Amino acid sequence: MAKVLVVTSGKGGVGKTTSTAALGAALAQSGQSVVVVDFDVGLRNLDLVMGAERRVVFDLINVVQGIAKLPQALIRDKRIETLWLLPASQTRDKDALTEEGVARVIKELRAKFDWVICDSPAGIERGATLAMRFADAAVIVTNPEVSSVRDSDRMIGLLDSKTEKAEKGQRIEKHILITRYDAARAARGEMLSIEDVLEILSTPLLGIIPESEEVLRASNLGSPVTLSNAASAPARAYLAAARRLKGEDVPMTIPNGKKGLLDKLFGRRAA
Amino acid sequence: MSIFGWFRRRSSAPVARERLQILLAHERGVRGQSDLLAILREEILAVIEKHVPIERDNVQIKMDRGDAVSTLEIDVEVPNSAGLLLSA
Repeated sequence: MAKVLVVTSGKGGVGKTTSTAALGAALAQSGQSVVVVDFDVGLRNLDLVMGAERRVVFDLINVVQGIAKLPQALIRDKRIETLWLLPASQTRDKDALTEEGVARVIKELRAKFDWVICDSPAGIERGATLAMRFADAAVIVTNPEVSSVRDSDRMIGLLDSKTEKAEKGQRIEKHILITRYDAARAARGEMLSIEDVLEILSTPLLGIIPESEEVLRASNLGSPVTLSNAASAPARAYLAAARRLKGEDVPMTIPNGKKGLLDKLFGRRAA
Repeated sequence: MSIFGWFRRRSSAPVARERLQILLAHERGVRGQSDLLAILREEILAVIEKHVPIERDNVQIKMDRGDAVSTLEIDVEVPNSAGLLLSA
C-alpha cells in the first residue's frame, strides 16, 4: 500500500528539499521503491540536490497537462535503482498546477511506488496546498527558532483542515522533523530546546537533524546526505527518521555537537 | 559586553518559548474563522466614507490583541469642509 508523504514547513530555507532527498534516499536504501516529487514550480531545486539537474526532460506540469506521460518524466537515480525523481517545471508558474491534474498524477504514482514524497514549496499558496492536498502523512520541517515554529503551527492547521483526508474527517499523520539543531546552543539556552518545540506544536517527533557541514557538502555534490556520507551525524539521523516513518521503533537520540575543550571555550565565537 | 548582557543572552530561549506560546494561543483561536477585527475595521471605514470623504492615509488604526479582550482603535481625520457640511 503506497503512502503519500508531504514534506512541508511554511517557512523557506529550513531544509525541506534536503530532507525530502535524504528521507527519500534513506527509504530507497532500505529496499522500498520511492519517488520524490518537486512541487516548487518555477523554483525547482530537488533535481539539483539529487544530482539529476542535467537529466530533466519533462516535468510535473507536463504530466499534469497531459503533454508527457508519467514514465517519460520520471528520472531514475543513478545510485539507487528504487529511487526516482519527478521534477518541477522551471519556467511555468504555480498556477499551471490544477487540483484534478495533481490528483491524477498522485493516483498514478501510488500504483507504482511504495512511497510518494512531495517536496512542498515554502509559503501557503497553490503549490504548497496542492503538495499536501492528497497526502496520507506529513513531515513538518522545523528549525528551533520562533518564525519557523510559528509557521509550522500554521501548516499543522492547514494539514488538519485543507487536505483531502481532513475533509473526509480522517486524521492525517503528522511528524515534526527538527533540522539545524545545535545542541551546544540549546544547552546554553540560546536556542529553543526540543522539548519547547514539541510542547508548543504538540505533535510527535520524527527525528532531530543536527546542524552539520555535511549537509552543505551533500548538496554541493548533488547527493542526498544519506548517500554522500552515510556515517555522518545528519545521515544517521535521517536514516533513523526513515525507519520511524516505516513504523519501526527506533530510540530517539539527541545529536550532541562534537564539543572538544576548544569548542567549549570558544563555542560562542562559532555561534 | 557587560556581564548583565551576557546573562540576558543566555536566557533568550525561554523568552522565545513564552512569546510563541502567547502568539500561537491567539492564532489558533482565530484560525478557521474570519478575522473579526479586520472586518470591523473595513466596515466601519466604509460607513464613514459613505457620509464623509476621508483619505485612508489620514486614518490611524491600532489593534491590540490581548488574552481576554482585544481592542480596535480607529482615529479618523475628518476634513474641515466635511465638518462644515455636518454642522450646516
